[in-house]
Amino acid sequence: MDNAVNPTYRLELSSSPHIHSRWTVKQSMWLVNLALLPSIISAVIFFGIFQLSILFTSVVFCLLTEAAIKYLRKRQITLMDGSAVITGLLLGLILPPNFSLVSTAIGAVVAIALGKEIFGGLGNNIFNPALVGRAFLQAAFPVGITTWHQPNYALDSVSSATPLAALKFDKVLTDITPMFWGNISGSLGETSALAVIIGGLFLIFIGVVNWRVPVSMIVGMLIFGSIFWIIDPVIYPSPFFQLLAGGFMFGTFFMATDWVSSPLTSRGMLIFGFLISFIVVIIRLFGGLPEGVMYAILLMNAFVPLINKYTSPKIFGAEK
Amino acid sequence: MKKKVTLWYEFFKGVWDINPAFKQILGMCPTLAVTVSAINGIAMALATTFVLVFSSLIISLVRKLIPSQVRIAAYIVIIASFVTIVDMVMKAQFQELSKALGPFIPLIVVNCIILGRAEAFASKNTPFRAILDALGNGAGFLLALFVIGGIREILGSRTLLGFQVLPNSYDPMIVMILPAGAFLTFGLLMGFANAYALRKNRKVAETNIFKYKLEREKLKATEV
Repeated sequence: MDNAVNPTYRLELSSSPHIHSRWTVKQSMWLVNLALLPSIISAVIFFGIFQLSILFTSVVFCLLTEAAIKYLRKRQITLMDGSAVITGLLLGLILPPNFSLVSTAIGAVVAIALGKEIFGGLGNNIFNPALVGRAFLQAAFPVGITTWHQPNYALDSVSSATPLAALKFDKVLTDITPMFWGNISGSLGETSALAVIIGGLFLIFIGVVNWRVPVSMIVGMLIFGSIFWIIDPVIYPSPFFQLLAGGFMFGTFFMATDWVSSPLTSRGMLIFGFLISFIVVIIRLFGGLPEGVMYAILLMNAFVPLINKYTSPKIFGAEK
Repeated sequence: MKKKVTLWYEFFKGVWDINPAFKQILGMCPTLAVTVSAINGIAMALATTFVLVFSSLIISLVRKLIPSQVRIAAYIVIIASFVTIVDMVMKAQFQELSKALGPFIPLIVVNCIILGRAEAFASKNTPFRAILDALGNGAGFLLALFVIGGIREILGSRTLLGFQVLPNSYDPMIVMILPAGAFLTFGLLMGFANAYALRKNRKVAETNIFKYKLEREKLKATEV
């Protein structure tokens, strides 16, 4: 819109204080896409090149839905800002390997239509769009989405339980080392903690995401995980297992740090991260589901306006 | 003022303009709970319509006899008698439907649509108009429940009114026959209905602004 205007002479119309980011919205979106590259590579290494079709379907249907809704609402079609691509990639990476492509497409449509555009598009969504899509798929196709495959580089791989499901239903504790590298069954991009950490640290160091949410989530997980581990190390898993299991690492660096659906204030981010970890531990250890990162983040997304309200800094000189 | 409302509009307003489900947002409990399939929705809406029509008629007939302090109690007695009739008839004749709808048939007694129409319309209007209003609201409720039930049945179990409409290759979305599907379907439909109404109103407003501008330009022209 204002590409034609010389930026040096642009008039700031918002009220002070003004804060400037190193990156524009478009640049940071594409940087997140870049940071997802290690996870995509790990998905290809551990689950085969065929898995790219899931990511491709997801991204294409996210873009198509976004374009269709923008067209129907007679708004400017802004596909190149990369936000729909992020949603598509994130959704694809949290789906199980060899997931039905039709269902992937449905999930992508729901993620963009119900997760983002219904609230008014980028910047207005309450919940993380990719997680909305995943939650819908979890409710719509409960069998398909919990069919996990062992990573053995082949197309028709053997189905096996994820470390968390094995812990919950068979009381078997998986070794931590393969969970760090990613050689376990699980969602496409979630298994390799290493790839996720590379991408996440990249985002933190170039200043695209704030360090407070990931750090408070990891510290929170270590604290709450340790409490139960100290109470009874036989029944409850070690905090490091909890840290590396399931989608916790992926959720920490890519889902909870979503700028739109996480708190604005520094204190709020810390509270947000701690509470997500607390809910994750509660769901994993006492809930009916083996994994709860998705629901924990969605639940805390709903609390973000409240957190913002109670942690907003006092205006200097204002009457209490 | 009241005389000016045509008999047709008395009926039709309930179907669209003040649709009980989408516009008045009344009777949410059966709207969300029983619309697992289209046939359940139809049965629920017909039962409600029956109670609505007869209670509106009776309440309209005795509207001048009931002291206003005890009117709600009197309405409930009238409504409850018809609900009892519906419940007993359904148990005797349509056992399957009665089982599927469960407690929601007796719960018509406290359905907001019926009490709402009794309080807002039947207690202030003549019996004939009260019946037309009740029929219109019943038709509107039937439309809403059929649409919601139909969408949920097609997507959730591949069928419509018991006939298979989607091929077996389609993976039914289990979420649609769960409560979450009801909220999702209802919310989206209400959103579309509101967006449509908004667009219609905006068009009216735009033509008014256009007329005003035209008028102003004419005035300016005459002034010059």
